[in-house]
Amino acid sequence: MKMPLSRALALSLLMLTAVLILSVVIGPVNIPPQIMWSIIAARAGWTTISMDEVGIFATILLDIRLPHAVLLLLTGAALAGSGASYQGLFRNPLADPYLIGVASGAGLGAVVAMSIRWPEDLAALYVIPAAAFIGAAITVMVVYSLARIGKSLPTTTLILAGVAISSFATSLTSFLMLRSNEQLRRATGWLLGGSLMSGWQPVVALLPYVMLGLAALLASGHALNVLQFGEEQASQMGLPAERVKFWLVLATSLTTASAVAFSGIIGFIGLIVPHVVRLLWGADYRRLVPLSIVSGGTALLVADLLARTVLAPQVLPVGVVTALAGAPFFLWVLRRAKNQGYW
Amino acid sequence: MLRIDDVTVGYGERGVLEHVTFGVESGQVVALVGPNGAGKSTLIRAVSGVVPMKHGDVHINGNLLSRLSTMQRARYLAVVPQARSLPPAFTVYETVLLGRTPHLGWLGRTGPHDHERVQYALEQTQMLPLAERYVGELSGGEQQRVLLARALAQDTPVLLLDEPTTHLDLQHRESLIRLIRRLALRKNLAILMVLHDLNLAGLYADRVALLVAGRLQAIGSAAEVLTAARLSQVYQMPVRVIPHPEYGTPLVLPDGREDARP
Repeated sequence: MKMPLSRALALSLLMLTAVLILSVVIGPVNIPPQIMWSIIAARAGWTTISMDEVGIFATILLDIRLPHAVLLLLTGAALAGSGASYQGLFRNPLADPYLIGVASGAGLGAVVAMSIRWPEDLAALYVIPAAAFIGAAITVMVVYSLARIGKSLPTTTLILAGVAISSFATSLTSFLMLRSNEQLRRATGWLLGGSLMSGWQPVVALLPYVMLGLAALLASGHALNVLQFGEEQASQMGLPAERVKFWLVLATSLTTASAVAFSGIIGFIGLIVPHVVRLLWGADYRRLVPLSIVSGGTALLVADLLARTVLAPQVLPVGVVTALAGAPFFLWVLRRAKNQGYW
Repeated sequence: MLRIDDVTVGYGERGVLEHVTFGVESGQVVALVGPNGAGKSTLIRAVSGVVPMKHGDVHINGNLLSRLSTMQRARYLAVVPQARSLPPAFTVYETVLLGRTPHLGWLGRTGPHDHERVQYALEQTQMLPLAERYVGELSGGEQQRVLLARALAQDTPVLLLDEPTTHLDLQHRESLIRLIRRLALRKNLAILMVLHDLNLAGLYADRVALLVAGRLQAIGSAAEVLTAARLSQVYQMPVRVIPHPEYGTPLVLPDGREDARP
C-alpha cells in the first residue's frame, strides 16, 4: 500500500497502454498487431509502408478506432478524477461526479437540443454537446447558489440541493422524451452513454476542457487531504476552506460536464475507480487523484471493449456495461474494505 | 502573547459571549473553566477564526488576527479540538504531517525541516511507536494525543486546547498536562486550555479564567478564582475547597451528602 507514487503510476500507465492497444486492435475487423505497429511507425515517419497492404486498416485504426479510444480514455479519466475529488470534498464514499446535478443538467440540455430539428451534422457536432454543457453548468450554478448559507457552503446542503434539482431536471427530461417515440430512442441512446460523433473532432473539442479541469484537480491533492478533517479543523490548520471548495466544485463540474457533453452519461466509473485505487494504494489524495485519472481511462476502455465484443456484432451502450459490471464490483469492494483502515 | 479584546459572539438576539477580555502571556498556561454552555468552546472557535465575532478583536504578539489570511492566522495559532472523529485512513505520521500545512505551499510539498518538526511532536506526545498505525485503529486517548502532536507540528506561539484530557486515563491525563506546562515554559508558548476538571486547573495553570453564561466572571490565580463561595454559586451546588496537602493549590470537592451513600 505504501508503494511510491512513481511506481504505482508506472504500473497504471502500463496497464492503460496495454488496454489501449487491445482497444484499437480488436473490433469487427481485427487488426493484426504487426500491422498496427507499422501503421503507427509510418505515421510517425519512422518507416514507409505500401498503402495497398494496410490501406483499410490504416483508415480503421487512425480515423475510427484510435480517436474513439482516446475519447473514452479522456472521458474515463475525467469521470474518475472528478469522482475521487468529489469523494474527498464531500467526505462521503458514495459521492460520484453526478452528485450535484451535472448529469441531470447535461441530460436535460441534450434532450432539449434533440427535440429541435437541426441539420444533422451541425447538431451532432456542435449543438448537442454545447447544450449538454450549458445544461450542466446552469444546474450546478443553481445548486450552488441554493446551497449557500451566508458566506459558507455546507456540504450537506449542497448534496441535498443537488439531489432535489437533479430529480427536477430528470423529470423534465423524461417528459420531453415521452413526447415522441423517435425522440425517445435518440435520447435514450445518448443518455445511456455513447458518442454521437466519430473521428478526431470530438477529441479535439473535449481535450482542452478535460486537460484544464484535470490539471486543477491534480493540484488539489493536498487541499483534499486537509479537508478530510472537516471545514472547521481545516480552517484552523490554515486552509481557506470555502475558497478551496469553490474551486473544487468548479473544476470537477467543468471536467464532468465536458465529458458528459461528448460521451453521454456513463455511470459507476466515477464512483468505483477511486475506491479500487484507494484499496490498492491508500487514501492520500495526492496519489488518489492522479492514479484515479489513469485508472479511469483504463476502466472505461475495458468497459468499451466488453461492450463491443460480448454480444458482437451488436454494440451495447457502454453505460450499460459500466452499470452491470459496476454495481456487483462495488459491492465486492465494499465487503473487502470493511476491516482495513480504508476510508 | 495572546490578547482577547472585548470579544462578543452571538446569533441574532441570542448572545453567546459578551465582552470577553483577557490575555495570556507567553510562557503562561491559562485554564478556561466554567459550567456547561458557558461558551468556552465558542471562545476557542471565535479566537481561531471559525466563528464570526459581532465585535471585538484578537491580537497575537501585536498582530491583529482579523487582518490575517486563514493561512497566516494558522502560523500564529494552533487548536487542539475535542477529540472527534479523525479521518481513519491516514496514519498517525500523515495526520501529524498535515499539521505543517500553514508552512507548506499549496501543493503541500514537505521538506526535511517539516519531518523534523513531526518527529519532535511525536516524541513529545509519546506517539513515535504508533507512527505508522492508522488513526482509525487508535483509542480515544491515543487520538487525543495525535491531535496534540498535530498542533505541536504546526509550530505556533499560541496553542488553544479544548478539553484535551477528556478521554485520557489518570496516567495519560497527568503526563499530557505536564507536557503542556513544559512546552509553555521551554518554548515560551501562550497556552489557553479549556478544562472541566477544576483540580487540574488548580494544579497546573498559572491563571484561571472563569466563564459563566458568556461572561468572564473572574480571572486570576487559582486560589483567587476557585473559592467555595464563588463555585457554589456558579455551579449551583454546595462546594468545598481545601488546600492541596502538598502544593497548597485549591482542591475542589462537592459538599453535602443528602443523596450520597453513608
